[in-house]
Amino acid sequence: MLKVAERRGAAVEISKLAKEYGGGGERLLAITDINLSIRPGEFLCIVGPSGCGKSTLLRILAGLDRQTSGTIDINARGWAVENAMVFQDSGLFPWMSVEANVGFGLMTRGVPAAEASARVEAALKLVGLTKFQRRYPHQLSGGMRQRTAIARAFVTDPAMLLMDEPFAALDAQNRVILQAELVRLWEQTGKTVIYITHSIEEALLLGDRTVVMTAHPGRIKHIIDVPFARPRNLMTLSASAEFGALKLDIWRVLEDEVMRAREEAEG
Amino acid sequence: MSGRSNKARERILYLISPIGLLAIWQVLLMLGFGDRRFIPTPSDIAVQFWAMTVSGELGWHVSVTLYRVAMGFVIGTVPGIAMGLFMAMFRPVRIFFDPLIAALFPIPKIALMPLLLLAFGFGDASKVALVAIAVFFPVIINTYAGASNIEKIYWDVAKNYGASQSIVFRRVVFFGALPMIFAGLRIALAVSFIVLVAAEFVATKSGIGYLIWNSWELLRVDVMFVGIVTIGILGLIVSAIFQEIERKVIPWKAE
Repeated sequence: MLKVAERRGAAVEISKLAKEYGGGGERLLAITDINLSIRPGEFLCIVGPSGCGKSTLLRILAGLDRQTSGTIDINARGWAVENAMVFQDSGLFPWMSVEANVGFGLMTRGVPAAEASARVEAALKLVGLTKFQRRYPHQLSGGMRQRTAIARAFVTDPAMLLMDEPFAALDAQNRVILQAELVRLWEQTGKTVIYITHSIEEALLLGDRTVVMTAHPGRIKHIIDVPFARPRNLMTLSASAEFGALKLDIWRVLEDEVMRAREEAEG
Repeated sequence: MSGRSNKARERILYLISPIGLLAIWQVLLMLGFGDRRFIPTPSDIAVQFWAMTVSGELGWHVSVTLYRVAMGFVIGTVPGIAMGLFMAMFRPVRIFFDPLIAALFPIPKIALMPLLLLAFGFGDASKVALVAIAVFFPVIINTYAGASNIEKIYWDVAKNYGASQSIVFRRVVFFGALPMIFAGLRIALAVSFIVLVAAEFVATKSGIGYLIWNSWELLRVDVMFVGIVTIGILGLIVSAIFQEIERKVIPWKAE
């Protein structure tokens, strides 16, 4: 059996969060009135139609954007860094080897070289890329690139992993494999994971809870407790009747939203 | 069709045009078209080339020209790269330098030669300065373009993973701009030969430019052609070396 972590990841309190883009006359409200408590060590998925501001929310959590109003309170005590993000297009630096990419967040934080290289080695082992450490990103497959990006995030020991549709660009087989690996890593490390996806199925397979967002502006419409026990077998779970029923429920909620957004757009 | 035979065919195609041109040139003159006193045949030029190589005369001029190019190239490109990167990273720097570059870039650099002679005298310094000024512009413009077109995601990653300004500068902006920096350096290389040979027409007693101009005044057209051919050969060799360096320094650039 896998060792389950005793440490729990960050607790996050988001209240009355809003983000507006553009100054002067033309303002675009990306998200508004977001209230959310994320439990330490929770795997939280956020689904919503495109343009619902789910990436905006994640970028604010990552410190890449600033909210217009509202507060975020992150408790990451006991962890090396508050958060690390895994981007949709891996965001690996093409001019760095796998090794250097994975070690980037250690180098920036002044971790001594000997310690850093040991940690990088361990992280590469965790994602099964030891043999590829001297390769460059363009020499890797899409799945291996995303694994490298995950190793880069894990190696910094963040309290919270922020993932923006990390497997959306992969083929179906690779996606299933990487999903299972991610869940295994999450169970071993106890980190809080906030996972953005447009796939309801993925949200239900991976998450403890699923937040459903609406578009224009992005708000939280529903928060669903995913009832499936862990450890989950992703293949058999997705074939069960209960899974199908829940998926359909969420789809109905989203469908209304998609149709509404479309009517608005067609004016 | 196999890749290998394709490659061989490409290589032949690559050599056919220059060799063909030389052959036509040789044959036409041997058949009596044109005056051989003014237009030497390729074989005349080759003989003269050999004689001047053996006597060491050509080597001397080549070494003087290469020294001036190398010095000017380094003195001009290093600040060009640094300032291009700073312009991409810091808006005030960009706003400050933009009009200066826009105004100075179109000035034919050879027009500065009299000014540089006044400032640096008739020695190597004035030619080195001219090369430095001429190479500075293509390098700063390319570096800036390369650095400011780095994909947004790399800035995001750097920020999210805690990179300081200095790390962003050395590890992200510099490498992200490197392919464009090399494109700028290649242009700078050609520019440096162009302005230097022109500068050596006047105001010096050595260098390939001097050799060409002096032989024209003496009506030694074959020697003149030796000078011209030498510039071509130097350009070819230096650019091949450059390509090799580029391959080593930018291993992530897909072939």
